Amino acid sequence: MSTEPITRKLMLYFPECETEKPIVYHLVKDYDLIINIFRARVTPEEEGYLVLDVTGTEEHILQGTEFIRSLGIRIDAVNKGLAWDENKCAQCGSCVPHCPTNALSIPDRNTMEIVFNTEECIECLSCIKVCPFAAVSSLF
Amino acid sequence: MKNIEQINDKISSGKAVVLTAEEVIDYVDKKGLDQAAREVDVVTTATFGPMCSSGCFLNFGHSKPKMRMTEAWLDDVSTYAGVAAVDLFLGATQLQANDPANRDYPGDFRFGGGHVMEKLVAGEEVQLFALSYGTDEYPLKELRTTFTINDLNQCIMVNPRNCYQNYNVAVNTSDRPIHTYLGYLKPQMKNCGYSSAGQLSPLLNDPFYRTIGVGTRVWLAGAQGHVYSEGTQHSPTCERGHLGVPSEGAGTLALTGDMKKMLPEFVRGVSLKGYGVSLSVGVGIPIPILDEQMLLQTTVRDRDIMAQVIDYSTDYPERTGRVLGSVSYEELKSGSIMLDGKKIEAGGLSSYSKARKIAGILQEEIRSGQFLLTRPIAPLPLEQSMKPLKEASS
Repeated sequence: MSTEPITRKLMLYFPECETEKPIVYHLVKDYDLIINIFRARVTPEEEGYLVLDVTGTEEHILQGTEFIRSLGIRIDAVNKGLAWDENKCAQCGSCVPHCPTNALSIPDRNTMEIVFNTEECIECLSCIKVCPFAAVSSLF
Repeated sequence: MKNIEQINDKISSGKAVVLTAEEVIDYVDKKGLDQAAREVDVVTTATFGPMCSSGCFLNFGHSKPKMRMTEAWLDDVSTYAGVAAVDLFLGATQLQANDPANRDYPGDFRFGGGHVMEKLVAGEEVQLFALSYGTDEYPLKELRTTFTINDLNQCIMVNPRNCYQNYNVAVNTSDRPIHTYLGYLKPQMKNCGYSSAGQLSPLLNDPFYRTIGVGTRVWLAGAQGHVYSEGTQHSPTCERGHLGVPSEGAGTLALTGDMKKMLPEFVRGVSLKGYGVSLSVGVGIPIPILDEQMLLQTTVRDRDIMAQVIDYSTDYPERTGRVLGSVSYEELKSGSIMLDGKKIEAGGLSSYSKARKIAGILQEEIRSGQFLLTRPIAPLPLEQSMKPLKEASS
């Protein structure tokens, strides 16, 4: 396995019982991962969500995610905290100037089609405020 | 030289040469105006964007016992019932009852008339609640039921103002963010909002309304509708640039079409934070290539179509008439414009991608003989301007 650091975006879903463990602490201390939290909602006695980037070697990320799973926390690798509905999107592009990371972008200025790259999304939610068609929504 | 009848004959026999307003640009570049004018029969234009001045007439048929509706709501959106016993008019910008609007600034405006229209076209169930004072022949005083568009006798869209020939580019020079119908504008001109399909837009390809007039058959969200009048605020006397293309608002069209025949993709409710609700509609209009001049008009490109940059924090609301500058649609579509040496990010509200799709659909419908062209029954006015409100000083 490569020792080059890589970055993965993860969305964690905490069932009600798992919200009290200091997960981020263990990811940093035990697995040497750099953590960048985009958005979190972790309330005692309720389900919780955490969307973050983890940076480290592939091996450490694997071990770290195994540790997270061992606590009964679900990792959603496909869905992130922000969803873009291609069918609801009318391709107007009013979101694009408001997206700070180019996660929502128009790569081809001839066709002017909107593309959403979830890996680039830092979940600032700016697009939700400006989308006239409710095509972007927050999962939490 | 061709006339509409000759073009329709070619369409009916499946031999018409039909290009989109995008394709025609390169085609004329390659073939030359003279040869291309002999070959090309029709150029399809299109636009998809918020058309606030929209609504629909609905006829419900009669309940048993009968009712003369005097107040009515569709999904809690108030309609105008002062039409006839079971006719209602629903306006696209009407808010849902109890929407806090901008009392909780900036309001979200999640649902309104435009969204009800979207649901109707999508075939979804809508709630009707109606009240009446009751009369001898219309005794029923209250009615609550659900229906879909298929249960209605008629559901006819009307857009008193559609296809604005050109439009403002909005910026905000103030120190606080503002919310407008052209989108969320950051302070100190960090971004701008615009709304036009540029080189694909119908009236920019026929800037003097030679082929588009009252009676012209149009593709309205998939249905075959028509132009029923000049649009409200039609003001063709304006500043014009290359090929006579207006560089400000200018002409508008009033359109109508049968909502039962429309496609849900092209009838979409719009929520503009801090502003209100509206409706985005897709329109396609074919331009018959009668001669070289008409073809030349359709070769207009984004880089030659200019729009005025207006400050929506002061000049627009105060009606000062001040224009900050002028930019092309090529610049706007590139994602940023330059104004006084400052780079401003640009975001559209009209969808160029949907407009392209519509121009392509209409092209196919004409090629396959499903969509025939019409000669206008009356021209649109070529000279008139828009008056401001006269406020009496008593």
